[in-house]
This record gives sequence, structure tokens and C-alpha cells, in this order.
Amino acid sequence: MAETKKLSLIAFSGDFDKLTAVFTLATGAAAVGYEVNIFFTFWGLDAIKQKRGRSFIGSNWLTKIFGFMMGGLSVAPNSRFNFAGIGPQIFRSLMRKKNVATLEELVDAANALGVNLYACEMAMHVLGLEKKDFINEVKDVLGVATFLKISEGGQTLFI
Amino acid sequence: MATHTLDITKEHCPMTFVKTKLKLAQIAAGDTLEVLLTEGEPLENVPRSAKEQGYNVLSVEHVEGNVHKVTIVK
Repeated sequence: MAETKKLSLIAFSGDFDKLTAVFTLATGAAAVGYEVNIFFTFWGLDAIKQKRGRSFIGSNWLTKIFGFMMGGLSVAPNSRFNFAGIGPQIFRSLMRKKNVATLEELVDAANALGVNLYACEMAMHVLGLEKKDFINEVKDVLGVATFLKISEGGQTLFI
Repeated sequence: MATHTLDITKEHCPMTFVKTKLKLAQIAAGDTLEVLLTEGEPLENVPRSAKEQGYNVLSVEHVEGNVHKVTIVK
């Protein structure tokens, strides 16, 4: 077998369209034999929340309100054409009609392919999130130094 | 040694690769997988990435129109 190639993605955005790009790259790369790491930070953490809708998760009243406003994967807004949350639903319906994988299907595929999911320790601390608030597939909670070590020798993208 | 078939002619990137990879992971070593796919990215890259991942690509045949059949042995 050839030497393993590596792709590491920093998922900073919690936008529906940008997360779709993250998971399209991740699943495509994993499927053609790359080792894939995704490091979720700030808004990106919304993508790996256990609760995909809106819920008051956080360590105090302020982070709980933030948690509610940010929401999870199924309420991720579009970076453009959001139309108060209707935009992503229009895209989901278009994607289904055109037989293109939706964001939720891509996340499932990433998990089936063994893509490594990591959460940013600092952003979790700021937002009052704990590892138990995330899906079980999240492998670890990391900081910059560990992420750099994990991504070393491969390609890295910030989305 | 069983033969499995996978039709990805209606799929789009990245699910073309994803479905092939997951199917190859499911089948037993020595089994054959026949993948029906279309010209362009799937035809260029499914056999190439299967080879890179250590699978044996036996043949790439034209079926009809823009549909091709790639035979891979795990």
C-alpha cells in the first residue's frame, strides 16, 4: 500500500454552506485513502453538538443563551441567502432533488469512513461546552500544539 | 469468492468515492466488486484511488453511453 496522505481541516465557520465544504472535502479525501482530521473551533463547534437543534447548553446564563442562539447542525445558517433560516432548507431540498449528499449525510459518511474529529479546548472553555455536549465520534479535545503535531506533513485548510 | 455490484452512475462527488470505499470495506478479502460509473471524475479517479489503496483493478470496460464498469478485487 502507498504511503498515507493526510488532509487536516480547521472548521472555524458554523455556516451550513461552509460546513458542507468541510465535510465534502473530508469524506472525499477519506474515501480516496487520505487520513483526515477536522479541528472544530468557535462557530464550527456547532457542527458536532449532540443536540442538532437549539438548546440552552453552556456553563452559565450567558453561554446558555449563546448556545441557544448558535444551535446545532440542523439550524446552521447560510453565509449568504440565509433568508432567516429558510436558505439552508432550500439548499437541502435542492441537493436531495439533484441527488447530492446533504450535510447530515456527509457527516454520517465522515463517521463511517473514520474521519478524526477534534474539538478546540479554548473555544469550548469560552462557550461553556464540554466533551459530553458533542457527538461520541469526537475523538479528543485539543489545543493548537497538538493539532499542529497531528496535521504535520499533510495539507491543512482553514474554512 | 463472491461478486458484488455497486451502481454509482446516479451519484455525485464525493459520494461516488464514499460509496465505493464503504462497499470495499464491507466485502471480504478476495471478493470482487463491479462498479458501474460514468465518465469524467468517477471513471478517472475510482480505479486510480482503488489501486493506490492496494486493491487490484482487474478491468475497466465500456458498458453503454457514458457508463463504464470497473472490476476491483479486494
